[in-house]
Amino acid sequence: MDWRIGRLGDAALLLELDAGIDAPANARVHALAQAIATRRPAWTIDVVPAYSSLAVFVDVDAFPDSDDPLADAQQQLQASLRDTDAGEPAASARRIEVPVRYGGEQGPDLQRVADHAGLSAEDVIARHAATEYTVAMLGFAPGFPYLLGLDPRLATPRLATPRTRVPAGSVAIGGAQTGLYPRPGPGGWNLIGRTDMVMFDPMRDPPTLLAPGDRVRFVPVADA
Amino acid sequence: MSIEVFAPGLLTTVQDRGRTGWRHLGVGCAGSLDEHAHVLANLLVGNPPDVATLEITLSGPRIRFERAARIALCGGDIDARCDGTTLPSARPILLPAGATLVLGACRRGARAYLAVGGGIDAPIVLGSRSTDLRGGFGGIEGRAVHAGDRIPLGDCHVVDVDAPRIASWWIDDVHDAPSGGAIRVLPGGDDTNPPDGLFARTWRVASASDRQGLRLDGDVLQPADARERVSSPVAPGTIQLPSDGQPIVLLADAQTHGGYPRVGHVIRVDLPRLAQLRPGDALRFAPCTPTQAQAAWRSHRHSVARLALMIEQRLRPNS
Repeated sequence: MDWRIGRLGDAALLLELDAGIDAPANARVHALAQAIATRRPAWTIDVVPAYSSLAVFVDVDAFPDSDDPLADAQQQLQASLRDTDAGEPAASARRIEVPVRYGGEQGPDLQRVADHAGLSAEDVIARHAATEYTVAMLGFAPGFPYLLGLDPRLATPRLATPRTRVPAGSVAIGGAQTGLYPRPGPGGWNLIGRTDMVMFDPMRDPPTLLAPGDRVRFVPVADA
Repeated sequence: MSIEVFAPGLLTTVQDRGRTGWRHLGVGCAGSLDEHAHVLANLLVGNPPDVATLEITLSGPRIRFERAARIALCGGDIDARCDGTTLPSARPILLPAGATLVLGACRRGARAYLAVGGGIDAPIVLGSRSTDLRGGFGGIEGRAVHAGDRIPLGDCHVVDVDAPRIASWWIDDVHDAPSGGAIRVLPGGDDTNPPDGLFARTWRVASASDRQGLRLDGDVLQPADARERVSSPVAPGTIQLPSDGQPIVLLADAQTHGGYPRVGHVIRVDLPRLAQLRPGDALRFAPCTPTQAQAAWRSHRHSVARLALMIEQRLRPNS
């Protein structure tokens, strides 16, 4: 599986693997992001991972004499690609525990997920909390993590009618994915619980609790 | 020193040149949609180009200046009055202390930029003063300006005047555009059916357009491969093609990732031109190459540098 290098307009490169949502491809994305971050070429503005792709936003004015700055940037990126192809291990991922109150008012769709899976609500909680997830990417909204590793048994279709307001901190399942809503807003995923941890605070450095590549475990806690 | 807001206008936000370096955390760039007009307005009042201005959408606010101020309006040609005097765009103007500035409709274009000497002094959040409307932060409490707001201004000493004083010179603030006026597009990685479908028809700006995206109306255009994509990064300028066949050009407030087929990317030089399109306006796209895009970018940078030099000489006292 090789990187396909394309462009996202005139100021970013897009590197893609021919893969869908799968853990090995995502691990390669994070290893490459890490390799680029380690070299930190002066012309990189942002390195943006996704499930099986990675965008590198380029300061084209750092190549003042070039007729095609992205071609020059791409050439310099090849070195980072060689590093990761050589199997240089990514820096050890951060491990973060997120306490969650499952069910009740905090997780109004827990029973829906249980019914769909043919499990008890307790089993859904146990399975959801048993997995160590990987933050595949942050997107949709500032600090919204897309997590890899959901037990396939828990996959549940999105709501036919999205809620107009999902509370901040809601832990949710949408199709085969699980994630957390960082701030209140509309959303169509099944809400199974809620955390008090602040996922996004623009006044904090860094502003998000989670970063791409982090490992996350949900810890069930009793209703306060 | 502050500006008091009596009426907010349709959608007035604090914007600078936006946030960079946070897309990996899902934070988009925000910032002025017509960055060219934003920069020129700043230069006309003697500000650095990246100081915050007010971005005004279609119809402007009614505001009062506590103290004397130097202002400039660029971009959409907006109806502006102060105490009975009509104020032109694209030149520096001195307003007396206590002046009320009444901004009406844009006669041409969709977005006007009001720069004030010293700049809009909203707090810096994640490296920028820009309002992120989706994220709810930056600018004035992460939202559009309301009646009753007091918008803080940076320090700038201006000698008071009796009545608005309008400079006798002005600049040409229109955008560089290729002959024919098409919006230039780089390949997006996904093909359309028919292959030249994006370029062969005239599109119209839909009224649902906003700072996130310019939504287009036209004959339905299908992607060559309609399968759902796994979400991957997008950028301002990315042209997405959802299943209804009506393209969306992503703008400054767009989310950082998307799963729709992407059938092109508008080049950076042409993004400010998109900002000035009004609902119902027609537009056409034309294909372009990376070297053409870079040549257009470089020529744009040179023309801004020339204007900056000219403005600096004009602003110099006794010149």
